[in-house]
Amino acid sequence: MSESNGSDRKFKWVGTRPIRHDGVDKVTGRANYGADFDLPGMLHACMLRSPHAHARILRIDTSKALALEGVKAVITSDDIPELALTDASGPTNFSDLSRNVLARDKVLYHGHAVAAVAATSTRIAQEALALIEVEYEPLPHVLDLRAAMAPDAPILHDHMRTKGVDPTPDKASNIAAKMELSRGDVDQARAYADIIIEREFETATVHQGDIEPHACVAQTNEDGQTTVWASSQGHFMIRAYSARLLQLDISQIKVIPMEIGGGFGGKTTVYLEPIAIVLSRKTGRPVKAVMTRDEVFRATGPAPATLINVKFGANRDGKVVAAKCKLVYEAGAFPGSPVTAGAMCILAPFDLDHFLIEGYDVVVNKPKTAAYRAPGAPPAAFAAETVIDEIAHELEIDPLDLRRNNAVSKGSQAAYGPKFSDIGLLETLDALRAHPHYSAPLGENQGRGFAVGFWFNAGMQSSAEVKLNEDGTAIVIEGCPDIGGSRASMAIMAAEELGIDVYKVRPVVADTETVGINDTTGGSRVTFATGMAVIEASQEVVKQCCQRAASVWDIDPTDVIWQDGCAVATGDGAKKLEKEDKLVPMPIAEIAAGAARTGGPITGKASLNARGAGPAFAVHLVDVEVDRDTGKVEIVRYTTIQDAGRAIHPAYVEGQMQGGAAQGIGWALNEEYVYDADGVLANPGFLDYRMPVALDLPMIDTVIVEVPNPRHPYGVRGVGEVPIVPPIPAIANAIHDAIGIRMRKLPMSPPNVLAELVRASGGA
Amino acid sequence: MARKTHVQTTINGEQTEFLCHPHQSLSEVLRDELHMTGTKEGCTTGDCGACSVLLDGRLVCGCLVLAIEAEDTEITTIEGMASGEKLHPLQQKFLEHAALQCGICTPGFLIAAKALLEHNPDPTEHEVRYWLSGNLCRCTGYDKIVAAVLDAAQSMGGDTR
Ligand code: FES
Ligand code: FES
Repeated sequence: MSESNGSDRKFKWVGTRPIRHDGVDKVTGRANYGADFDLPGMLHACMLRSPHAHARILRIDTSKALALEGVKAVITSDDIPELALTDASGPTNFSDLSRNVLARDKVLYHGHAVAAVAATSTRIAQEALALIEVEYEPLPHVLDLRAAMAPDAPILHDHMRTKGVDPTPDKASNIAAKMELSRGDVDQARAYADIIIEREFETATVHQGDIEPHACVAQTNEDGQTTVWASSQGHFMIRAYSARLLQLDISQIKVIPMEIGGGFGGKTTVYLEPIAIVLSRKTGRPVKAVMTRDEVFRATGPAPATLINVKFGANRDGKVVAAKCKLVYEAGAFPGSPVTAGAMCILAPFDLDHFLIEGYDVVVNKPKTAAYRAPGAPPAAFAAETVIDEIAHELEIDPLDLRRNNAVSKGSQAAYGPKFSDIGLLETLDALRAHPHYSAPLGENQGRGFAVGFWFNAGMQSSAEVKLNEDGTAIVIEGCPDIGGSRASMAIMAAEELGIDVYKVRPVVADTETVGINDTTGGSRVTFATGMAVIEASQEVVKQCCQRAASVWDIDPTDVIWQDGCAVATGDGAKKLEKEDKLVPMPIAEIAAGAARTGGPITGKASLNARGAGPAFAVHLVDVEVDRDTGKVEIVRYTTIQDAGRAIHPAYVEGQMQGGAAQGIGWALNEEYVYDADGVLANPGFLDYRMPVALDLPMIDTVIVEVPNPRHPYGVRGVGEVPIVPPIPAIANAIHDAIGIRMRKLPMSPPNVLAELVRASGGA
Repeated sequence: MARKTHVQTTINGEQTEFLCHPHQSLSEVLRDELHMTGTKEGCTTGDCGACSVLLDGRLVCGCLVLAIEAEDTEITTIEGMASGEKLHPLQQKFLEHAALQCGICTPGFLIAAKALLEHNPDPTEHEVRYWLSGNLCRCTGYDKIVAAVLDAAQSMGGDTR
């Protein structure tokens, strides 16, 4: 792959802000999301969910439910294959996933699915749920990380032995795995530290909060051929996971992507689809399953609560010389928290030779966590970026100077392993200093803070096809659900390569049979990796166009170049044409119109596993105002600065920056899962799980920094995830600036801030 | 199950009849019976605004109105916002400002913003934020939505139809 990242290229479309191609559908209500699709004769599915946080299932009797008029099928885990406990590929354990989709033997959290009903209406299906008899033997439950790790804790999985410790323990534990990351010699390096600060941080379980509840329709024919219409971050994932869980051939399942109403990582796994498929098979009718908001909160992937201990040693100049971090992340009912990512991120912005990081993945009686935007990174940044701010204050060094002094740059060895190539941390820090917000005056009870965020970004597999139409317009076919304007970015990149107007490109997100495999929309990978496939496929079209022109002109194809959507002869070819008085560029429309005579339709394809996703750095600057009587923290001003590598469609890059900031603000200030003593989630709705509304936020200023990623033809790096990383520590630092109190526990909600204010003033 | 009730109403200026159960909400009937799925549902408890519609010109959550209450009323949904080939200025400004990412909240915001501008053609940023606080958007951080509404208000110059 070329290492030219377009730094000296003059772009026509890249960097412009065309109206998105799917925009009119979405402002007129025509766009169809997961729950918007119906089929004739369709049944409706509802799930029976566990009333206990932890219990053994002794008996399930579905006969009364089945007898209800209008009920067509009732299923339990007996109706899906039991997978071997070790059935895993990559990070996904399919036995766990199967047991999460429908509980087997035990329920592990309140809301865990136990049975499913298909009936002629949702109302009847709900009535039937009440007729299913389940006998439970309630077991003690554990929700808290410290309690779950205690030696006498109630054990969720009797077969679980902590991975990553030698020798393997012989006793079951809720600690699913321990991991370690280290370099140098921490204890020796401590000798060079003039100041050592050690702090403990605690964050709450939060939810992605995507506004569209999970939904799908499945239809299975008598021969087993299955079609699923689903809203997800990856229809190829839905296909692969459903096939694996139900032991079907992948070729038996076709998944048609519906528009997706937000995901943020929460739609990167299956919940309803395998159930709808089985119910459809049993009934011979299409089955629709739509979660309620309550179910989304109780049973789909929250992001983990965490406990993080950070110990930094720095010399007098503020250079960090050694760091020790311990991260404990909640996995939910099954192993697989993002603790590894958190551990890899926590020191990534720091140029540091001596460190030791330990991570623990711990199961508790809560729903299995799922990815949430830069999974694992925000709590880690909360800890590290708060302590670094504290060091700056202790040493009376300007915090920005101190960050710069410790910042990684090209050639630094990242704490998680590789050497960084071109990265934009220093550039974002410089943009921060230059921003008028940084030096604007503050009012009373106001404070200012900033923090750095890091995220790896992903590449992975993408496939795309570019088809030239007879009139020189083009269709771009790809397979990554468009969650925030990626169709427009794909069209921009195709238009750039083909040299045609961006509105002459029609971008399509195709089903699992129409385009090659695409990994899930996630990891901030779509504009980078799928974009790369679109660029390569477009280049293939251009190459063919040049060949067709060469054959018409009867010159050597190497004498044809592509310029502004036209084939242009050069070199000897140009001389020949000049002699014949035929030296004029051949536009794409002419080539397309003549394609039948020059070899047939022109299409380009690319399938790739994209490497070299450039890491992203962001720095957020925030002013808060703290009400000393109520503890309420108001966001007064907010600025986000981020290295995008190259912004293909700047408006949607800004949108990611603003949206990530808003989610981070919610995480910082208000959002948390609240459980009662029985392990029942007490706030499974938008009224009590309080996400930011328009009135809670100011305008969010954005500065896009562009340090091109050398591994992408245009220099693109992922932008979607990193903006959720800095808000929590930036706000914590701002609160400290305002009232002199360090908040180390989330959320920084009025009661929690007030408690700290009272404590600081010597109150009880 | 109880028999369905016959309801006569006007939706987006068109006389419409439907049958519904007494427990069914307006958004449910719009979506499931009338196949007008532009009105979305994010919670069905009145907390997200995705189901926003106008009922006799008043902004309501479709999920909190019983469908039988629609009898003899005039309902405006997202499907009635554009006229013929022309988008409503709010729709146009949402597109120009990139005020949507996933778009699931967009119909609700557009209906709510339409109600705002009919009520207050020249709102301040704070008034826009206040009015739109019944609508949740998890993608945008609201910045571009607020900017689009303010810009639309200006371009409409008080003509709020
Ligand atoms: S669906 Fe009506 S307010 Fe959420
Ligand atoms: S654009 Fe996704 S919720 Fe608003």
